[in-house]
Amino acid sequence: MKTNGSKSTSPVTLLPKCPTGIQGLDEITSGGLPRGRPTLVCGGAGCGKTLLAAEFLVRGAVQFDEPGVLMAFEETEKELKANVASLGFDLAGLVRRKKIVVDYVHIERGDAQESGEYDLEGLFVRLGHAIDSIGAKRVVLDTLEVLFAALPNEAILRSELRRLFRWLKDKGVTAVITAERGHESLTRHGLEEYVSDCVIVLDHRVTDQIATRHLRVVKYRGALHGTNEFPFLIGEDGISVLPITSLSLNHTVSSERIATGIPRLDAMLGGRGFFRGSSILLTGTPGTGKTIIAANFAQAAARRGERVLFFSFEESPQQIIRNMHSIGLRLEPMVKRGLLRFHSARPSLYGLEMHLATMFKEIAAFKPHVVIIDPITSLMVSGTDSEGKGMVTRLIDYLKAGQITSLFTSLTQGGHALAQSEAAMSSLMDSWILLQDFEGNGERNRVLYVLKARGMAHSNQIREFLISDRGVDVVDAYIGVSGVLTGSARVAQADLEKAAVLTSQQEAARLKREVERKRSALERQISGLRSDYESESAELRRIAEQVGTSTRMLTTERTASGLLRQADAKEAASTRGKPKPTKANP
Amino acid sequence: MKTKPVKHRLLAKRRPVPLWQLRLYVMDSTPKSATAFANLKQFCESHLKGRYRITVIDLVKHPHLAKGDQILAIPTVVRRLPRPVRTLIGNFSDTAHGLVGLDLRPAA
Repeated sequence: MKTNGSKSTSPVTLLPKCPTGIQGLDEITSGGLPRGRPTLVCGGAGCGKTLLAAEFLVRGAVQFDEPGVLMAFEETEKELKANVASLGFDLAGLVRRKKIVVDYVHIERGDAQESGEYDLEGLFVRLGHAIDSIGAKRVVLDTLEVLFAALPNEAILRSELRRLFRWLKDKGVTAVITAERGHESLTRHGLEEYVSDCVIVLDHRVTDQIATRHLRVVKYRGALHGTNEFPFLIGEDGISVLPITSLSLNHTVSSERIATGIPRLDAMLGGRGFFRGSSILLTGTPGTGKTIIAANFAQAAARRGERVLFFSFEESPQQIIRNMHSIGLRLEPMVKRGLLRFHSARPSLYGLEMHLATMFKEIAAFKPHVVIIDPITSLMVSGTDSEGKGMVTRLIDYLKAGQITSLFTSLTQGGHALAQSEAAMSSLMDSWILLQDFEGNGERNRVLYVLKARGMAHSNQIREFLISDRGVDVVDAYIGVSGVLTGSARVAQADLEKAAVLTSQQEAARLKREVERKRSALERQISGLRSDYESESAELRRIAEQVGTSTRMLTTERTASGLLRQADAKEAASTRGKPKPTKANP
Repeated sequence: MKTKPVKHRLLAKRRPVPLWQLRLYVMDSTPKSATAFANLKQFCESHLKGRYRITVIDLVKHPHLAKGDQILAIPTVVRRLPRPVRTLIGNFSDTAHGLVGLDLRPAA
């Protein structure tokens, strides 16, 4: 009972892994090659077997402090050192520092005659001596198949190889054995028979005259691994494999907004520009200013201090810089400050996968905030439609996972701007800005509108897009009965409106003058009437005075005559009449 | 010991009976090695009596020597002299092959 319990709770021991340090390969194999076991790497000529093996050793020695032995059957020590030096590996230095031992085994067919029985103990001794001399943990045998040519007795060789792999396992070293690919089997001499723990197949395929290298983990005993074919790249810093099909839709989103570099365009996008980490499609016919908008966006980002990676598939960096200079956009200071980096390549340089691989590598190295791809369409024509869409999907997923804002320009062939490929691609995009040109009035004018902008209130208006030596501007376009008015028609319309305004202004002024005149006429009338009234009232006063005087005189006279007649009203005369004679007799 | 091969060729031409210098690479522990040495000795006695020298190199004791003569198989005989260097692998149980391997065919 007790033993049963302890057995069931014993932890599951996972296969120990030996990290290769090769970009992407450790992700595909979820940790590396099986530790302490041999791995077979097979493939045709020129697909990078030796390089993969050499990188495994070099990275082991440099990154993981695991010394290694490289037993080369095809290339001499000198050749190997020179070959891997071109990839930035200092094999010679590692050999000097006793981190790596390179043992070149020279055998040629017919070199040795056979007489009777033998075994390959010499090889074991050499390998063992090399391993022990530096305490190697990794071994590369490149490539054992040379032995099949050199040693005629295949029966002995096969049994010895079996013993060799057993011996390597017992030694506890992680070994990589390279082999040439056979016609029907994985390897020409059936080495996969002996190496059964991990088999990696490299492939170099040419599709549409474009060659791409692929890597596939055919077998990995006791471990989960990606079974797909992964494109890989041999670059300046070794091999990089791209586990790009493992991406999923669970990236985080940002609600931060970033300016487009054209204020009016920001206004059209809800006033604040694009979302950070969103994907933007810029579609337009030739010459509608796609690259210019892209460059403006790049400049705006660089001004914020963000890094911008500009993939150009049609123009060289110098050409873009010169062209943008003509509209007053200075990109070279940003390039110098390391905020803007260009990567130019012809779409036909290599296959889609390879382009994608290169782009991923560049992005991983530069860690940009904004990525511009100009144009995505020329890249997509180098593959089939589904490949193209798949590629864009993976690229967008990758960029979104890293919160990188991406702007893709897309060239449409005249006519209607919504070609089929765009319709397929647009579903992947968060914002879609359409650039078009209008012909009429003997001229061609650019217009711009926001076709879609996920998650923001955006303008539904068509705007005219102007390019001058001072930069770009977005202005209102006039919508008339004959459609959208742009360029000189828009200016003519503006002039017409200006004239109309002027006319009405003049009319108003005339009316104002008329009223003024009427008012002054009225006032004149009023003052005339008032003076009439005043003269009449003065007359009235004068008459009233006259009347008063004559009345008084009459009374005085009457009193005087009364006195004269000595009337009996003596008292009345003394009070009223005393002062009066003085006044009345001037 | 180390002399220019040109000189040796001249010497070889002048001398009527050149000295054969053979190296036998073995692993001490294997019984095959003992068989090989016995076979080689017998072979030399019958074909090169008095004008040969065999150096036996034990790779268990001197593993670094394997690199010099590009030894893979055990046992291996390397004919250092006369030039050119010839390599013969196996335990000499097949005498006919041995004769060809060491360039001792009386025919030529």
